[in-house]
Amino acid sequence: MRLKENINMQDSKTQKDKLVPLVKIRNLKKAFGSNLVLKGFNLDLFPNENVVILGKSGSGKSVLIKCLVRLVEVDEGEILVLGKSIPDLEQEELDEIRTDVGFLFQGSALYDSMTVRENLQFPLRRHKERMKGQDEEKLIMEALRSVGLEHAIDLMPAELSGGMKRRIALARTLILQPQIILYDEPTSGLDPITSNEIIQLILKIQKDLKATSLIITHDMDCARVISNRMIILQDGINYAEGTYEVLSQSDDKKVKAFFKEVQKR
Amino acid sequence: METIAKSIKNYLEETGSISQFAFRFFQQAVRPPFEFKELLRQCYLIGYNSLFLVIATGFIMGLVLTLQVRPTMIEFGAVSYMPQMVGISIVREIGPVITALICAGKVGSSIGAELGSMKVTEQIDAMEVSGTNPFKYLVVTRIMASTLMLPLLVIAADAIGLFGSFLIESIKGDVSMTLYFNIVFETLTFGDLLPATIKSFFFGFAIGLVGCYKGYHSKKGTEGVGKAANSAVVLASLLLFVIDFLAVLVADIFYEI
Ligand SMILES: Nc1ncnc2c1ncn2[C@@H]1O[C@H](COP(=O)(O)OP(=O)(O)OP(=O)(O)O)[C@@H](O)[C@H]1O
Ligand SMILES: [Mg+2]
Repeated sequence: MRLKENINMQDSKTQKDKLVPLVKIRNLKKAFGSNLVLKGFNLDLFPNENVVILGKSGSGKSVLIKCLVRLVEVDEGEILVLGKSIPDLEQEELDEIRTDVGFLFQGSALYDSMTVRENLQFPLRRHKERMKGQDEEKLIMEALRSVGLEHAIDLMPAELSGGMKRRIALARTLILQPQIILYDEPTSGLDPITSNEIIQLILKIQKDLKATSLIITHDMDCARVISNRMIILQDGINYAEGTYEVLSQSDDKKVKAFFKEVQKR
Repeated sequence: METIAKSIKNYLEETGSISQFAFRFFQQAVRPPFEFKELLRQCYLIGYNSLFLVIATGFIMGLVLTLQVRPTMIEFGAVSYMPQMVGISIVREIGPVITALICAGKVGSSIGAELGSMKVTEQIDAMEVSGTNPFKYLVVTRIMASTLMLPLLVIAADAIGLFGSFLIESIKGDVSMTLYFNIVFETLTFGDLLPATIKSFFFGFAIGLVGCYKGYHSKKGTEGVGKAANSAVVLASLLLFVIDFLAVLVADIFYEI
């Protein structure tokens, strides 16, 4: 059963219908062998929205956003990102789209064998044309300044703390100034204070870049502060969606349990 | 019975997917853009990291071979043929094989572990989404580098091995360096050098290919990384002997040894 908890959202919904979604997912299906992970997921992501995706561990949240940049091939369904159908793109077009979609990995995924500077240079190497006229060094410094880690430029990832790694990964994601940013658990494994710093950073970046984000999180505080809208991924579908206020008042057992469970953690 | 059938099936499947991997390598290797800088860096790393080990083993190999063979040759009254005998065996067989085995251990495992941990920590995915082709950047450069560097390392091992052998000869017998190496180079023909060099390229290719394949397809988790490194060494070593055997067969046809 699909539940639509969008009573309060009727007005904004009619407004949104006029907008073209940046990301549109219809009936997305994905299985790994006999393990059915996504069983018909739908999503619209509109410009300047921050949408949070909630779901239990192993429910397929990471798989979902990996489908958006074709790190995972889908079995069935439609994925449109910036108007292009992701499963049908040629490699070159795909790479073009990927520069417009930032991806922050669950474990930061910094390149171990490179310094922070080289980590930030890496996305620039294929996209020099895009950043025409802009000095590489200046872009790197700017990105580092926006996450407050200019002094770390010559360090190796192994020399950084978890929170610093996350921030450098964020800087690396932002350096191409993407329109859409996908965050995979940006605050997982961090203490509450550092988490909060990262959340504030994301909000600030959001404003500066005028980006649209899809954020996966377990952290209810994070979800509450960041989201305009939340989607619960349960049983492989978008089980429920609505604002934090609406969803937290929901009578549905699964949604309720979910809030309780997450809040306890 | 069933387990045997299963392991044969697994074996065939693996062979298929390694072949596919190799095919993808050739496909990507000829297509621009080329990653020259990374290729040079890998050449340097692979060559530099194994050079000391290769030289040390090459030297000892020369010493041991000479010490062990010498008494027999004296018995047969053929001690003056020592340079020929040692030269041919080192250049044709022992040099390439020992060097390749050492590199399978050193280079193969390090490539397997490095790519494996990059895979597991999603660094390869991160490259992919940043629009860089990780196969080209990581795999093509490493396979090329090991293919190019192995013959050079073999030459180094051969040279130092021959030098080691000369040292023993000059201590135990009475031969000058010029004379010794003159005899060695006179004995060695094109038919000795060419197959050995070609063979070395294939050895290097096999080591790079297997290391990259195992790393690139490593399973999730730290255990996966260890397994990738370990099985890279095992499979590469096995493959080296198969290639060696085939190379000798082919050389035999061409040169009627
Ligand atoms: N490459 C893969 N091969 C096989 N199965 C996979 C693969 N990637 C994910 N899965 C499976 O898909 C399911 C969903 O995984 P996913 O990583 O999306 O979970 P998640 O919702 O992100 O969980 P978490 O909150 O723990 O990160 C899991 O059951 C996992 O075993
Ligand atoms: Mg996940």
